[in-house]
Amino acid sequence: MADAEARKVIEMGYGGNERLAMNMGPQHPSAHGVFRAILTLEGETVVGVDAVIGYLHRCHEKLGESLTYVQYPSIASKTDYVAAMTAELAYVAAVEKVGKIEVPKRAQYLRVLAAELQRIASHCLWLGTWCLDMGGALGGGATVFLYCIREREGVLDLFEALTGARLLYGFHQVGGVRYDVPAGWTQNVRETLDLIDSRVDEYEAMLEGNAFFLVRTQGVGTISRELAMDVGISGPLIRGSGVNYDVRRAEPYSSYEDFDFKVPVETAGDCYARYRVRMQEFRESIKICRQVLDGLPEGPISSRPGVKSVGQVRVAKGEGYTRVEGARGEIGAYIVADGGPKPYRLKWRGASFSNLSILPHILIGTKVADVVAIMGSVDPVFGEVDR
Amino acid sequence: MTLPPIAQTAVAAFVLLNVVIGLVTYVTLLERKFAARMQSRIGPYYVGPHGLLQPIADALKLMMKEDVVPSSADRWVYNLAPIAFLVPCVLIFATLPFAPGLGLADLNIGVLFFLAVSSLEIVGLFMGGWGSNNKYAMLSAMRGVNQIISYDLPFVFAALVPVVLAGSLQLSAIVTAQQGLWFAAYPVIGQLGFIAYLVATLAAENRVPFDILEAESELVAGFRVEYSGMKFALIQLGEYAHIIATSYLGALLFLGGWLGPGPAWLGAGWFTLKAMLVFLLLTWVRWSFVRIRVDQILAISWKLMLPATVLLLLVTAFWVAWRSGGGA
Amino acid sequence: MSAYLPVAIFAAFIVAFAVVSLAVAWLLRPSRPDPVKLMNYECGAEPIGSAWVQVPLGFYLVALIFIVFDTLAVFMIPWALVLRTAGLPAFWVMAGFVGIIGLGWLYAYREGVLEWK
Repeated sequence: MADAEARKVIEMGYGGNERLAMNMGPQHPSAHGVFRAILTLEGETVVGVDAVIGYLHRCHEKLGESLTYVQYPSIASKTDYVAAMTAELAYVAAVEKVGKIEVPKRAQYLRVLAAELQRIASHCLWLGTWCLDMGGALGGGATVFLYCIREREGVLDLFEALTGARLLYGFHQVGGVRYDVPAGWTQNVRETLDLIDSRVDEYEAMLEGNAFFLVRTQGVGTISRELAMDVGISGPLIRGSGVNYDVRRAEPYSSYEDFDFKVPVETAGDCYARYRVRMQEFRESIKICRQVLDGLPEGPISSRPGVKSVGQVRVAKGEGYTRVEGARGEIGAYIVADGGPKPYRLKWRGASFSNLSILPHILIGTKVADVVAIMGSVDPVFGEVDR
Repeated sequence: MTLPPIAQTAVAAFVLLNVVIGLVTYVTLLERKFAARMQSRIGPYYVGPHGLLQPIADALKLMMKEDVVPSSADRWVYNLAPIAFLVPCVLIFATLPFAPGLGLADLNIGVLFFLAVSSLEIVGLFMGGWGSNNKYAMLSAMRGVNQIISYDLPFVFAALVPVVLAGSLQLSAIVTAQQGLWFAAYPVIGQLGFIAYLVATLAAENRVPFDILEAESELVAGFRVEYSGMKFALIQLGEYAHIIATSYLGALLFLGGWLGPGPAWLGAGWFTLKAMLVFLLLTWVRWSFVRIRVDQILAISWKLMLPATVLLLLVTAFWVAWRSGGGA
Repeated sequence: MSAYLPVAIFAAFIVAFAVVSLAVAWLLRPSRPDPVKLMNYECGAEPIGSAWVQVPLGFYLVALIFIVFDTLAVFMIPWALVLRTAGLPAFWVMAGFVGIIGLGWLYAYREGVLEWK
């Protein structure tokens, strides 16, 4: 389409438009990490995109092979460092599946609680940075960003009380979780959830009543249902394109079948639809968290005794894949075990990596300003893309 | 001791320059404090009591920064751009009467002078964008020229509404004409004119939501991405001077300038207060909205703002002509 | 012209201020250039080619329309001053002129010139 328009302009007889190849990233204020897109521009219009990734490659799969089942979960959190809990969960769930290790009910509930709180924290960061992309660090975007960070801090404080860490937790271990809830923690969780619940209303009021926000997001970066299915995106992206797919519902893990929640689906497929999906997920996550707190069973938090040595967990020969619904979509871990204390092979499926592959399909023909809006709505975390 | 007239003028010009620079540096602090309050932060706090010395620290810091000139830049254009940008931005203060008789030059075509000189800033802006030989700067300069010429017209037509009402281009005469009623209080015409003026100001000053040429999330910092040190400071100074001058003009055209209760010497205070209110209104908008896209900005200008302001001006003119009942 | 003398003096002071502040900064600042530092900023990667390219022409058409309407503004400024004395006839003349230019604006609108390409 853009090509046809460009030709038309040339045919008008004023001479040609030169194309401009421009690096966007790796050090760009709105690249969410180290991502380099080589944009080919005609004026303001994007006519070509080359994505360069790998700046943050840390050999995670090799690390998985060389660290034991006891050591790796806290490293797994470094794949998706914005939503570390779900990344850990994917790894330990895979080990448990291959090793046929039972997880006590209380640990399963705590995992759900951690995952949903993490989703809230991650979506807070997403909303803030996305608005920052569109509104700029010197505009309304910064205002939304600071509000969102304030809420995210609340959740991180909860994690700090639970695990002692604020970003990379090491909360999960094979067979359960590592820490039980401290005294009074559940009450703090409830208060934080109530606060965030009311604040989400504020954000919606601030953004959805804002004509400029609507013109920047509606009809921008539309992903059709077919394209979404073909490219294999997941998470809020595919739900924004009208596909009702959520691992928590499609293949319940960690007792998700016990909870009553809705999978939000929007059909428009544009940035605004993805925004709506995530805003509804805030509420659903809050709902799930409250159900966990109401129904938290008593009992042990791990099916295995405490850790005495790093080689303590051995998994019988076998292989298996598990997937969990992270904040950005389906996170999968594939493990081949050979009977030793380390997996023979670990393969990650990063949600951001798969989601990022949608970009060349939807960026062509948009304006430079839309590139950052679309990239923000995809919400990639480059730790997870490059691994 | 009396100085010769030319020396008096020189002293006045020197004082005005210092007032403007002082005002601009402190308005940046005002904006940062205001934005911080909006965002539930504190803002600058550590330099001096409540951060009051922050602008001075900033100025000193920028003065001592290394000045990096890209090797592939067009050196002459690049180095002259900050000066070319600064001069028109500060020069527009020359015609502003802060109180009766308290202004550098009360030209009889004050409004026209203001409008003409204020749009000269695009020359410096484009020089900076082009001279840097940087793609972000280049795109930003292109956007900037496009945006500024697009919003210049609504800006001019909105500013002409008070001119028609007052029947004069002289700024002091426009204030005097508002002695009975501020132009912003004129039913419908005044409010629409003021709103149009504010929107056009936001666009002409490249403020959010129209700051596509700064657009730090797309174009990093726009046309000043390659500038550092004092050159950057001059560009910032010019930009803020322009915003403040436009706020003053808005206060003068629509809010009655120095008119206010109390003795005459309070006039400059009233005027500054009103100008700061206009400025904070613009700041409030800035920190609440997201930026809109370049094509949308142009569409708003050419399809909505331009015809609307021309129609508004015609309606105002009809009212004035009909009321005066003059002519053949 | 004497009314413009203060303006000229003020402009000279502004230029002097800019030059002096740049000169003071030149005295105070460090200067340690190296080739990589002096490279154009393009997000940390080496720049791909020059930025000086031809740009699309939507811009050019906007500039043409701008000139038309700027002419309108030029005519309107003196007209605004004499409106009180010239009265309604002057208003109708200008309304007719705006109407003609408005037709041009409508044409440009229909042709899609007002869209940014």
